[in-house]
Amino acid sequence: MEIKKSSKVYDVIIVGSGAGGGMATKVLSEAGLNVAVVEAGPFFDPAAPEQQTQMKWPWESPRRGAGTTRPFGDFDSAYGGWEIEGQPYTRVPGTRFEWFRSQMLGGRTNHWGRISLRFGPTDFKHKSHDGLGDDWPISYDDVKPYYDRVDKLIGVFGSKENLPNEPDGFFLPAPKPRLHELYFIEGAKKVGVPVIPGRLSMLTKKINEDRGVCFYCGQCSRACSIHADFSSGTCLIFPAQKAGGQIDLFVNSMVREVITNDEGKATGVSYINKEDRQEYQLNGKIVVLAASACSSARILLNSKSRQHPGGLGNSSGMIGKYLHDSTGASRAAFMPKLMDREIYNEDGVGGMHIYTPWWLDNKKLDFPRGYHLEMWGGMGMPSYGFGFNPNDLNEYLGGRIGGYGDQLRKDVKKFYGSVVGISGRGECIARENNYCEIDPNVVDEFGIPVLRFNYTWTDHERYQARHMHNTFEEILDAMGGKILGTKPGKEDDYGLALPGQIIHEVGTTRMGNDPKTSVTNSFEQLHDADNVFVVDGGPFVSQADKNPTWTILALAWRTSDYIVEQIKKRNI
Amino acid sequence: MDRRETIKSMLIGGIAGGLMITGCQPGKEDETTSTETTSGHYGRTDKEKEHDAKVMSETFFSEHELATIAVLCDLILPATSTAGSATEAGVPEFIAFIVNDMTSNQLPLRGGLMWLDHRALSLHNSSFAECPSSKQKQMLDEIAYPEEADPGVEQGVKFFTRMRNLVLTGYYTTRMGIDDLGYKGNTPHVWDGVPESVLAKHGLKYDAAWLAKCVDQDKRTVIAEWDAEGNLIT
Repeated sequence: MEIKKSSKVYDVIIVGSGAGGGMATKVLSEAGLNVAVVEAGPFFDPAAPEQQTQMKWPWESPRRGAGTTRPFGDFDSAYGGWEIEGQPYTRVPGTRFEWFRSQMLGGRTNHWGRISLRFGPTDFKHKSHDGLGDDWPISYDDVKPYYDRVDKLIGVFGSKENLPNEPDGFFLPAPKPRLHELYFIEGAKKVGVPVIPGRLSMLTKKINEDRGVCFYCGQCSRACSIHADFSSGTCLIFPAQKAGGQIDLFVNSMVREVITNDEGKATGVSYINKEDRQEYQLNGKIVVLAASACSSARILLNSKSRQHPGGLGNSSGMIGKYLHDSTGASRAAFMPKLMDREIYNEDGVGGMHIYTPWWLDNKKLDFPRGYHLEMWGGMGMPSYGFGFNPNDLNEYLGGRIGGYGDQLRKDVKKFYGSVVGISGRGECIARENNYCEIDPNVVDEFGIPVLRFNYTWTDHERYQARHMHNTFEEILDAMGGKILGTKPGKEDDYGLALPGQIIHEVGTTRMGNDPKTSVTNSFEQLHDADNVFVVDGGPFVSQADKNPTWTILALAWRTSDYIVEQIKKRNI
Repeated sequence: MDRRETIKSMLIGGIAGGLMITGCQPGKEDETTSTETTSGHYGRTDKEKEHDAKVMSETFFSEHELATIAVLCDLILPATSTAGSATEAGVPEFIAFIVNDMTSNQLPLRGGLMWLDHRALSLHNSSFAECPSSKQKQMLDEIAYPEEADPGVEQGVKFFTRMRNLVLTGYYTTRMGIDDLGYKGNTPHVWDGVPESVLAKHGLKYDAAWLAKCVDQDKRTVIAEWDAEGNLIT
C-alpha cells in the first residue's frame, strides 16, 4: 500500500463544493486558473432522473416520505444528516452540539431554505454597539459590492425597504403572500411587528438563458430540476464547467489534511477515495478550504507538521473556537378561520413569501442581539405523518376526538390547512469557550481523527428564546389562532433549539487583524500560511440574526478576487 | 446531446485530465445513461436502494395478523360513493412495510392485535376478524374515543390510536387519498395570489403598496435588469 501521487500541479485545490467552494470554483476557473474541486460526496444534479426527488408523489416512496433514512424525509435532497454512518463525532459530557453534514456536489445548498439575507452595517460592528463579542475587521461597505454581484448572478427576490440594518439589494420581484401569510401580516400589524416581502433565492423572474423560472411547486428542499433556485452545483459549478473552465471534479473524495512543505506553505492535500479506500495526494499552489465551518477546522487541526505543530493555521490556538449557531424556537396555532378551506394550488415557492426582520431596541430587553421571524402554514402535499391525530383540534370546537369511519374523512378535510406556525432565528454571541476540537481517542472509518464538540447556551440565548415565544403568542393570538402546546419554561431552556440544530454554524476559523486572536485575515487567508484560504462559514466573526449563505457567497467571491490579484502580483 | 449529457461528459472530461478517480464505478455509467424515464426512481442513493430492498424483503406479520389489519383498515376508512376504501388504496401493504422500516411499531401492533383478539374471544368467543361487523364496531366504540374510554381498555385505546394514525397517513399519501382530500399542487403552475373569491370570503385584500413589490407574472420570462440603484427596469 502506498500513497498515490500525481505529478500534476493545480493552480488551486478547492476542498468542498457548497456555497463557498462553488463560488471559488466559478471565479477562479473563470480567471483561467486550473482548478481541482475535491468533494467528499457523490456527483449530484437535481435534473438527473436517477437523483431527482422534485415532483415525486408521496406514494413513490414506500415510507411515504418519512425520515427513516434522511432526517428531513425521503424527498429532501441532502445526502447525509445529523449522523453519518462511519463518520462519528463526539461531545464533551454535559454539552450538546448537533452537527448536520451533507456530502454531495453542492453540499447543503441543495436542500437549504434559500433565505438569502445580507448582513447589515451593525452586524459587522456589533461590539461597537453593545460591547459583546468582537467586531469584524471589515465593514458592510467592503462586502456590499460583492452582495450586489451575488444578487445579480444568482437571483434573490425581495423588495426595497430602506431599513437601517437590512440592506436592500438587486431584487427580483416577490411572490404574492398566501392566505395564511395575509393573516400573519394582519395579526403582526395589530401588535406592532413589521412584515416585509420575503428575501429568498428563487427565480420569480428570468435571470439568464441557462436557468428556468420558478414554477411554484414549493419543493426547493428537493433541489430544482430546472435550476430555478440556488444550489452551488447548478448555479456556480455547472456554469463554470460550461464556460470552459479547467475544472477537475474529484467526488467521493474525503480530504484528510493539507500537506505543507518545510517553509510551512501548503503544497496540496491528501484524501481518501471512498470507493477504493486508498489514500491519494493532489498537488496545488493554493488550497482553498470550503468544507463547512467545522469540517474545514477539522482538516486544519489534523494538518500537523513540524512547522505547524498545533495544526495548520493554529498558532493562535483559535481554530475551532468561537463556534456559534443561530438560536431557534417555534410555535404553532390552529386557525378556526382557516377551517373548511376552499382548496386551490398554493404551493408557492419553497419557503416564506413574507418576512419579519429584527425590529426591537435591545435597551429595553433582557438579552442582546435579535431574531427574525419565519412563518409557515398552508395546504401542503401530504406525506408521512399527515392524518395523524386527525381530529384532536376538535378540542377547541367541543367536537368528539377519535372515532372511525366516514367522520374521519370529514375531519381531515375540515382541518386541512388550518394550522400555522412561526419560527424565530436569532443571534448567539460568539464565545471562545464554545468550540470543536480533535477528539484524541476517536477516528472515523477512514482513520481520520474526528471532532469533539463543547457547546453550551447562556441566558443571553435562553432569554431570547423566551422573548420569541412571547412574540409568537402575541402574533398568533392577534391572528385569531388557538395556540397549540404550552409555553416552554426554564426547565426546557424556554424552547431554545439545541446548538447546531438550526444548521447555521460558523466562526471556527474567524477573521481578524491580530494573528494572536484570529485564524484568517480579512481576506480569509490564514495568518500562518499565505497560500491557504477558508471560504465557508468558518471566518465569520459573528453570525447576525441572518442566514449565513449570502454572506458566505459574497466573501468567497471577494476572497477569490483577492487570490487572482495576489497571483498577478506574484505574492502567492 | 442534451444539457444533462453535456454535464456528464464535462465531468468525465474533467476527470480524464486529472486522476482516474470518480465516484462512478466502471459499468455504472451505462446503467444511468440508459435510464430514460423516472418511473421507479425516487432519487435513491445506492446505499438507500440496498436499505429499501432489504426492508421490502422482510415479512413481519402473519396471515392472520394481516387479515385483521385489513378488517381494521376498512372499518377506519370504508369506501364512500366517491372514494375507495383503505384496503383498495393498499394501506395494509403500507403498514406491512412501515413496521419493518420503523421497527418500534412491531411490538405495539402485534401485541395490540392480540389484545383485540383476546377481547373478541372473551366477549364473543371469536377472533376479531371473524366477528360480524356489528360486533367489531361495538368493540371499536370502546377504544376509538380516547377521552371517553373506560380505564380498563386503555391498552386497546393506545393500539387503536396508533393503527388509525397509520391507516390515515397510509391512505392520504396515495393517489386515491390525495384525490379524496382534493390537494391541487405538485404540478407546475404560476402563483399569482389568493383567488378573489377566497379573499372576499375571508374579508382580506392585498395592500396596493405591497402588490407593487410583487411579480408581474406576464413579465416573468423577460430577463431581469436593474438600474444602478437596484430598481428593476424590466
